[in-house]
Amino acid sequence: MSDNRAMVKAEGVHKSFGPVEVLKGIDLEVKSGEVFCLIGPSGSGKSTFLRCINHLEKVNAGRLYVDGELVGYRQKGDKLYELKDSEVAVKRRDIGMVFQRFNLFPHMTALENIIEAPIQVKGATRAQARERAQQLLDRVGLADKAGTYPSQLSGGQQQRVAIARALAMDPKLMLFDEPTSALDPELVGDVLDVMRDLAESGMTMIVVTHEMGFAREVGDSLVFMDGGVVVESGNPRDVLTNPQHERTQSFLSKVL
Amino acid sequence: MTADIDKTTGPQDTPPAGPEAIKAVPVRHYGRYVSAVIAIALLVAIIYAFGQGKINWNAVPDYFFDHRIIKGVGQTMLLTVLSMVIGIVGGILLAVMRLSKNPVTSSIAWFYIWFFRGTPVLVQLFVWFNLGLVFEYINLGPIYKNYWSDFMTPLLTALLGLGLNEAAYMAEICRAGLLSVDEGQTEASHALGMSHGKTLRRIVIPQAMRVIVPPTGNEVINMLKTTSLVSAVQFYELLRYAQDIGQTSGAPVEMLFLAAAWYLILTSVLSVGQYYIERYYARGSSRSLPDTPFQKIRANMLSLASWRR
Repeated sequence: MSDNRAMVKAEGVHKSFGPVEVLKGIDLEVKSGEVFCLIGPSGSGKSTFLRCINHLEKVNAGRLYVDGELVGYRQKGDKLYELKDSEVAVKRRDIGMVFQRFNLFPHMTALENIIEAPIQVKGATRAQARERAQQLLDRVGLADKAGTYPSQLSGGQQQRVAIARALAMDPKLMLFDEPTSALDPELVGDVLDVMRDLAESGMTMIVVTHEMGFAREVGDSLVFMDGGVVVESGNPRDVLTNPQHERTQSFLSKVL
Repeated sequence: MTADIDKTTGPQDTPPAGPEAIKAVPVRHYGRYVSAVIAIALLVAIIYAFGQGKINWNAVPDYFFDHRIIKGVGQTMLLTVLSMVIGIVGGILLAVMRLSKNPVTSSIAWFYIWFFRGTPVLVQLFVWFNLGLVFEYINLGPIYKNYWSDFMTPLLTALLGLGLNEAAYMAEICRAGLLSVDEGQTEASHALGMSHGKTLRRIVIPQAMRVIVPPTGNEVINMLKTTSLVSAVQFYELLRYAQDIGQTSGAPVEMLFLAAAWYLILTSVLSVGQYYIERYYARGSSRSLPDTPFQKIRANMLSLASWRR
């Protein structure tokens, strides 16, 4: 935690899908350089909140800021103007996202997956992008898999390629949506190692996870969500070992 | 890790080394022998019936490479290719419009598809042909001005009639293809900061092609045969030339057989082409590519050979 600037700030964020209210007023702050873990039972709204941060879901009420800028809207006076799709796209460049189901592009090799956005979005040359992609593949321990298609990679390898793909855009914030939940238990470690390495390099990370060990060791802050609200938050070691709230206690007793 | 598996040899060619391969008497499929004999007998009977009928078969080879026939084949292929280009481009456009969030564009696409799919293509051809009754001139200001009857050549009539009709069918095929691509792909692309257009072009359409190509191959073959309708609007293609020759040479039915043979040859060539396009778009989707037609024939020969053993 080099400085205390807020990378993400949520003020009373609400989100509904039709009649179902998934987020019922979320207030939280993620500091720059911090590893911020979101835990909670399924359906608690943690993934939805994560998707609101890069505007894959539209917030219904409240304010959500990334790096001091409002997500999805522009404020003029006390009026909000919706951003155009192209403006949203520009903001998303700085926010990397890793999905539970990897979502690699199956018709492209690992290397092509990584160089696609830098070339198409940032206008990088092919040579530059390839060199950078090779470095990133090396960093996630898959230097020899550049020419391999996703279907020929294991789940853990696919997820590491997906992390490299997100990093290729040089994001200032990385969102992880249950990155290890779709993996065989023995493959989880490789992905967590890459994430740990990333955390040590000072990347701001918001991680929705069920890996309590990872949250305890690597996390700087932790939030327990249930029923669309933040139930408890604080230092991961404190919350996980000595939960104050009854709901947190019962959840942790089931997963730990 | 087990030893690398050599992918060049299939399991049927070489028994794996190591434990002794099982040698057993295979199940005898007597039904196959019987049905093969019946099928061949029926085929021979049909060929004999046509051979001894009152048809002058010699006329078919005589005119098979007649310059008019060859020209007709060329015109048929030209019309097929151009109509399909209009159909595919129009179809992708309509499919994207139909799936758009914009209610105006999606309604326009819906209406277009409703109209062009709901009326017979022959009627549409006649309407294009008779549009001179509605418009006397075509006037695009300073760019182009002409009498409608001079502007609307038989080729243009045929192209508009077939191409625009085809676009309506292709739109539904393309829409199915676009919908078949997992939503996570669009999300991942958007999360990387790619625009709607780039996401569609670079991520969604290449994956949709796997679903789009097989029915499109079907449409091309269908189009090749549907071009025979355009003789109704004075466009000369294979069937029209064959009928003309039939009238002057006194072998009208024979020329129909000749045309049928040419259509068969052309559709066969197209089917082979389809295999290779499918193989191209299958990359990355399965661990091994589907066989080429020649590999399939070879595999069939091998299995027949082993059948005898």
